[in-house]
Formats: sequence, structure tokens, C-alpha cells
Amino acid sequence: MPEEYIYAVARVRGKEQKLLAAPVMDSLVSAPGVTEALRILADHGWGDGEGTDIDGMLADEREKTWSFIAELVPDMSVFDVFLYANDYHNLKAAVKESARMESRDSVFIRGKETTVDPELIRRAVKDRDFGALPEEMQEIARDAMDAILHTGDGQLSDIMIDRAALIRIAEAGKAADNEILRMYAELTVASADIKTAIRACLMKKDKAFLEKALAPCDSLDIPALAQAAAESVDALYETLERTVYADAISEIRKSPSAFERWCDNLLMDKIRPEIHHPFTIGPLAAYILARDNEIKCVRMILSGKVNDLSVESIRERVRETYV
Amino acid sequence: MSDLGLFFAILGAALAALVAGAGSAKGVGMAGQAAAGVVTDQPDMFGRVLILQLLPGTQGIYGLLIAFVAMNNLGIIGGQPANISLLKGLAYLGACLPMAIVGYISAINQAKAAVASIALVSKRPDQFGKSMLFPAMVETYAIFALLISILAISGVGAIQ
Repeated sequence: MPEEYIYAVARVRGKEQKLLAAPVMDSLVSAPGVTEALRILADHGWGDGEGTDIDGMLADEREKTWSFIAELVPDMSVFDVFLYANDYHNLKAAVKESARMESRDSVFIRGKETTVDPELIRRAVKDRDFGALPEEMQEIARDAMDAILHTGDGQLSDIMIDRAALIRIAEAGKAADNEILRMYAELTVASADIKTAIRACLMKKDKAFLEKALAPCDSLDIPALAQAAAESVDALYETLERTVYADAISEIRKSPSAFERWCDNLLMDKIRPEIHHPFTIGPLAAYILARDNEIKCVRMILSGKVNDLSVESIRERVRETYV
Repeated sequence: MSDLGLFFAILGAALAALVAGAGSAKGVGMAGQAAAGVVTDQPDMFGRVLILQLLPGTQGIYGLLIAFVAMNNLGIIGGQPANISLLKGLAYLGACLPMAIVGYISAINQAKAAVASIALVSKRPDQFGKSMLFPAMVETYAIFALLISILAISGVGAIQ
């Protein structure tokens, strides 16, 4: 029932006005230093302007987004597609922590941004009680644990878990009854596959590796992509030329971060029409993605300011805004 | 047979009040949700969004009016129901249907336009005047239906 979200969309309309618009992002980029940038952010309700804990401020902003959405939506599982990546990130951390017998407390993502309690994942992996995990995570947790224990290769277990995460995201996207959620899932999986194919190609990985690392998605021919990546970079570009991601090739040639920026900008372009939709869950999903994009941009700008990067260099990295 | 005529005539009056009223109830409810969402963060918008919320409520009033006129013609309000033929009863039913059907459809669509206008006002309070016009346009068709139903009921009443 689209009418189910009328109240929620009206609340989101109010919040959209508080998103950092392009001119604000520009003033952040142009700020002479991190102190000035933090002051601008404080004027817009971000942190206290002191800058003692930038990560904490960004975590607070993420928490604000999810708390706000939780107020509006009785069943938050509709947004699980956005959170699976965090669950599987926690699984990767738990597997490495358990295999290496070292505490990695700070790397776990907590709060409302996960669908599975990170402590449950840690306990289940530590005790090898994989049955305590959600059904979709059990097999991959077991396999990744076996892989890291037998080979000692943390990268292998990461690749296995990353692929499982992408498959879960793709499935959740297909099951979603909203175009924004479906499009997000497809774009997330496709962009991850393209990045993996490029990295693997540059590292001269074989086709068997690529077939294990790439997750299936509708907008890419995965066997062809794996074959091309195993051959050469040029073959990979030729294969991408025949896909809907042909426009991204020039960005891919520049750098992985330029491609990531292209993907983020594409996502913003696709979700922007939701600003005008008064019904459905689409505007809520778009708001979550817009906030995520905004937090990512602020992180990049502040990190650039802290590291004394030039204004031009920071501007190149900043994404387009939703509003 | 005369009872059946009265039955259809009353059915028409009931449908006008019921269907158009149901549309308005749903429409005002939809716009009310949007209005509440705006007022949560912008309490000063209450007056503006309230007017927009009320717009889909008119169809229910028109339906009620048609039901009153029809029942008055039938003598039901006076407590002395007229003895009417089956054909005349069916004619009353037909006369009430424009208000019932168009009332329902226009109320729902007006509510959708009102919800969109409430979103517009929440972002651009200075555009309140224009935002009123979009849902108000839908009202035209409810008024057409009201007019036809009234004319038709009057015409049927004149049939001997």
C-alpha cells in the first residue's frame, strides 16, 4: 500500500531541507582548513564545531538517519538491503578475529546499521556455533572459517564473504517491491564486480579465481567479464563497452576512486526523481542513500583538510548531492 | 412493484452519501497523514496544511446533499414515502450515480494532489496559493457530477 508511507514521506520532505546542498558542500571544500569546515558543519547541526572526534561525529550522523527512519517505518526489514554489507563486514572481522586469536573490537559496526547483532556473530564464529547465525550466513561463515584456518589467507576469506554479501544484496533487491531498492542492489553488485574484475586483472588472477570472486547480477554477463578480466585490461574494457556501464570506462581508466565516484553520482541521479514522489517507500530509501552519500562526502572533505590536500584535489573526489 | 421502485430510489440516495463519503473519508485521511508529517517538524504550517487536508472532504458533502435532495423528493424526510414506479426508482438510482462514482474517484485523486501540494508547501511555504490550485482543479469534476445529479433528480421528480 503506497498510502502506508504518506506520513513518513511528509517527514522526509522536511528533513530533505536540512541535507547539505551543493553550495554548502562547495563552501566546505573551499574552507581554508578543517576548523573552518567543522564550523560550517556545526552551523548545519553536525557536531559541536570542535573537531575532537570527527569519526564520532560522522557515526552520530549515521545513527541520526537510522533513528529517524526507525521512527517512521514499523518494519525496518524493508531496508535490510542497505545493511547486509555491514553484517558481512562484521562477519569478516569476526572470522579474522577468531582465526588470529586477537581482539578487533573497534572494526565492528554496531547500532541500528546492522541486521544481526555483531556480538552474536562474534560469539557464533568464536564458538563455531554457526547455527546461531541467520540461515543465509551459516554456510559462508563455516566455509570462510575453514578457508582461513587451512590456508591462513585472510584475503581469501574476505573474497568469499564479500561475494556472499553481494549475492544477499542482489537477492534482497530482487525481492524488494520498490524500484529504488532494486536499482541500488543491482548497481551495488555490478560496481563491486567491475572493481573486483579490474583489480584481479591488474593482479593477473586467473579465470577460476574471478569466477569465485564475482557475484551474479543482471546487468553484467559475469562469465564474459571473468573471461575478459583473465585475458587483459583491453579485453575487459571491450566487454564493459557492451554493457550499460560503458560510460564508466573513462573513469575506470583514471582510477578506482574515480569509478566509485561515477557509481555514487549515477546512484544520486537515479534516486533524484524521488524528491517529487509523495507516496511509496522510494523517498525514504532515497533519503537514506542521500544521507549516506552526504556523510561520505563530508568524510572525504574533512580527511582532505586534515591531510592538507588542495581544494582542487578534494573537489575532484566530492560526489554530487541529492538536493 | 411500487416497493421495489422506492427501494432503488433509496439505494441511489444511499450510494451517493456512502460512496462519495467513503472517498472523502479516505482522501481526508491521506492528506491528514501528510499534514501531520509536515506539522511534526514545522508546527507553524498547521493552518496552511489544514486547508489542503480539507479539500478532498467536499465530495462527501456533495454526496450528502444529493442524498438529502433525493430523499426529500421521495418524501422520506417528511415521513411519508411516495409511491413510485420501478422505472422511476431506477431513474433515481441512475441520477444519484454520477455523484457516487465521480465523488469517490475525485476525492481519492484530489487527496493525492493535496498530499503532493502539502509536500510543496512544506518546502516552499510562499507557494501556498499555487499549491491550493492543483487539488482544487480536481474539484471541477466533482462539481460537474453534483450538477448532473441534481438536474437529473429534479427531472426524475417531475416524471408522473
